[in-house]
Amino acid sequence: MFRRSSAGAGSKAATSADGSGAGTGATAGATTLVSAPSVTPVELHSVPPRSFLEVRDLTIHFPTDDGVVKSVDGISFSLERGRSLGIVGESGSGKSVTSLGIMGLHNRKKTRTSGEIWLDGEELVSASPEHVRKLRGKKMAMIFQDPLSALHPYYTVGSQIIEAYRIHNNVSKKVARARAIEMLDRVKIPNAAKCIDDYPHQFSGGMRQRVMIAMSLSCNPSLLIADEPTTALDVTVQAQILELMRELQREFNSAIVIITHDLGVVAEVADDILVMYAGKGVENGSVEDVFYRPEHPYTWGLLSSVTRLDRVRADRLLPIAGTPPSLINVPSGCAFHPRCAYCSLNGDRSTTEVPLMRETDPGHSVACHLPRDTRRRIWTEEVRPKL
Amino acid sequence: MTATASEPSARSKRALGAEPILEVEKLEKHFPVKRGILFQKTVGAVKAVDGVSFSVRPGETLGVVGESGCGKSTMGRVVTRLLEPTGGRVRFEGTDISHMKQGAIRPLRRSFQMIFQDPYSSLNPRHTIGTIVGAPFKLQKIQTEKGTKRAVQDLLELVGLNPEHYNRYPHEFSGGQRQRIGVARAIALRPKLIVADEPVSALDVSIQAQVINLLEDLQSEFNLTLIFIAHDLSVVRHISDSVAVMYLGTIVEVADNVELYEHPLHPYTHALLSAVPIPDPDKEQHRDRILLQGDVPSPLNPPEACRFHTRCWKVQEICKTVEPPLLQIAPNHKVACHFPEERVLI
Repeated sequence: MFRRSSAGAGSKAATSADGSGAGTGATAGATTLVSAPSVTPVELHSVPPRSFLEVRDLTIHFPTDDGVVKSVDGISFSLERGRSLGIVGESGSGKSVTSLGIMGLHNRKKTRTSGEIWLDGEELVSASPEHVRKLRGKKMAMIFQDPLSALHPYYTVGSQIIEAYRIHNNVSKKVARARAIEMLDRVKIPNAAKCIDDYPHQFSGGMRQRVMIAMSLSCNPSLLIADEPTTALDVTVQAQILELMRELQREFNSAIVIITHDLGVVAEVADDILVMYAGKGVENGSVEDVFYRPEHPYTWGLLSSVTRLDRVRADRLLPIAGTPPSLINVPSGCAFHPRCAYCSLNGDRSTTEVPLMRETDPGHSVACHLPRDTRRRIWTEEVRPKL
Repeated sequence: MTATASEPSARSKRALGAEPILEVEKLEKHFPVKRGILFQKTVGAVKAVDGVSFSVRPGETLGVVGESGCGKSTMGRVVTRLLEPTGGRVRFEGTDISHMKQGAIRPLRRSFQMIFQDPYSSLNPRHTIGTIVGAPFKLQKIQTEKGTKRAVQDLLELVGLNPEHYNRYPHEFSGGQRQRIGVARAIALRPKLIVADEPVSALDVSIQAQVINLLEDLQSEFNLTLIFIAHDLSVVRHISDSVAVMYLGTIVEVADNVELYEHPLHPYTHALLSAVPIPDPDKEQHRDRILLQGDVPSPLNPPEACRFHTRCWKVQEICKTVEPPLLQIAPNHKVACHFPEERVLI
């Protein structure tokens, strides 16, 4: 294969590091050059972070015949165990691609990934796929949006959970089966000992999602990524699933990344929020910062265009003008500028210079050219009164 | 700063006609379940709509909410006669259309139309949008002064699309734009009633807002009556004059907008309202939460008497034996429950 033949010292170093057991290519302090056609060679001299999960400048591009699709274009965030991060954005913002990137689920031949993903002191972008596979399911797990397509229709739910468990734990089928029943009980599936031999189509949507949660938690992962876990579910079932996730987080002390476009859901479950637009993070802060003191025009737009259960609003919603941009032809400078009501206040800057994420308050950062005082004034005087 | 319940919105100041434009009486739609290969025997029925009665006045917006399997989409299709009811009546402007043949209904379809949920499957991918939006004129054999093409271009402009895209195909548009095409098609002949079945659910939040504003503008301009079917209670609150809550094929509560959201009476309505997340972290932390046990029962085998009794925390013997009728409790407020109780959940 291309990767092995072009290898040389770099790749061999990786394999031997791998073969020698846990720890692997990303040991702190060592300079390891890893070369593969689709992963930009990274010299790891960065210091591993103190956070449990830290993503630094992650970039995931898909080269296609029509051009390079810049799905994720330099995002950074961090997360501790026991806390939840909500990644909010609309279609095409890059949030799902980010989560698949963390899990190492992209086809390395078809993507160009750079940046760093640090999980509990190990760097994943430069790690070998074999190593990442060992972590998948064990250290990090994922819950997908549509449980019917995420579960295999030909296998019973029990066998799917047992398979996931036995890959990471050397136990007998009997022990794994007992564990599967225990997990199904934990997620409150009634009559677990019998349901374990049922097929996914025999469950309702909410129950299938619980099965997925059981499967992903069977190996006690410390990081759980939930990609729109409740979008396909009814609202009362959504409430049950979110409550279940909160309970399990308290029990396992997992870090949860929840990806959604629903601002109500993040208000309910997230501790911190990252707002994404066109592959970049535009605002990052605690849930109170983002809901009560937002400083990015896109965040303002999202908050203004959402209907709310608790308010009889003024007659017109305030949608964001225009549509989300193509990720092949991302607007120059600030990707949001064609839709931003305030970009003229920056003169030419918005069309020529990409705004970087800068801290506006401890723990709260924004990527916007508008000066901090201007942003705060616009929020207080113009945007908030209309909500 | 925020409009409170006591400030009437511009919507409520709109004059609503006196005579109902649509009356639905004990409507039923049961889908038979058959078994057997050679000789098919009916072994049961999916009771999708099982006794629904309501009326809508001209110019009003009725929001119909409920979760999967409650029958709201089926009800929308029966009302527009895409399906024929198996029981009960549908009266449009006084005419009983329940069992009219399609040939007789077709001229009436100038007056009522439907907007569908999925902007991807509701437009024929092999037709240009000019053909799609022009189809109503052709089917109803309507000639306009300046010709169909001009009428279509005017419609495209009305819904916020570029009239020059007349010859483009649906796949060249985004989801929100496709939904606008569906709206243009529905209003082409200036109908009096539109049934919109989850018209914004498949769209991103900021695009939802655009399409909702469009529907509201069109409604004011053409004095449309709108039946807005949705599962999103926040959107329904924004757009509706009255709201009907459906559960397993029946209406459990129907009230005008303010009444339903501020003084809900049915336990299922309480559960629904408490489950909807509000984009306000502090409020979310301090809300009263009702978590229902289990899932919605199947409409193949709905519970006896009060269909909600299997999940209701107030259930008593009478709930399992006597079906509660939809009774008027207050002006503009009807509820089907033996023990209705007011609760603040927002």
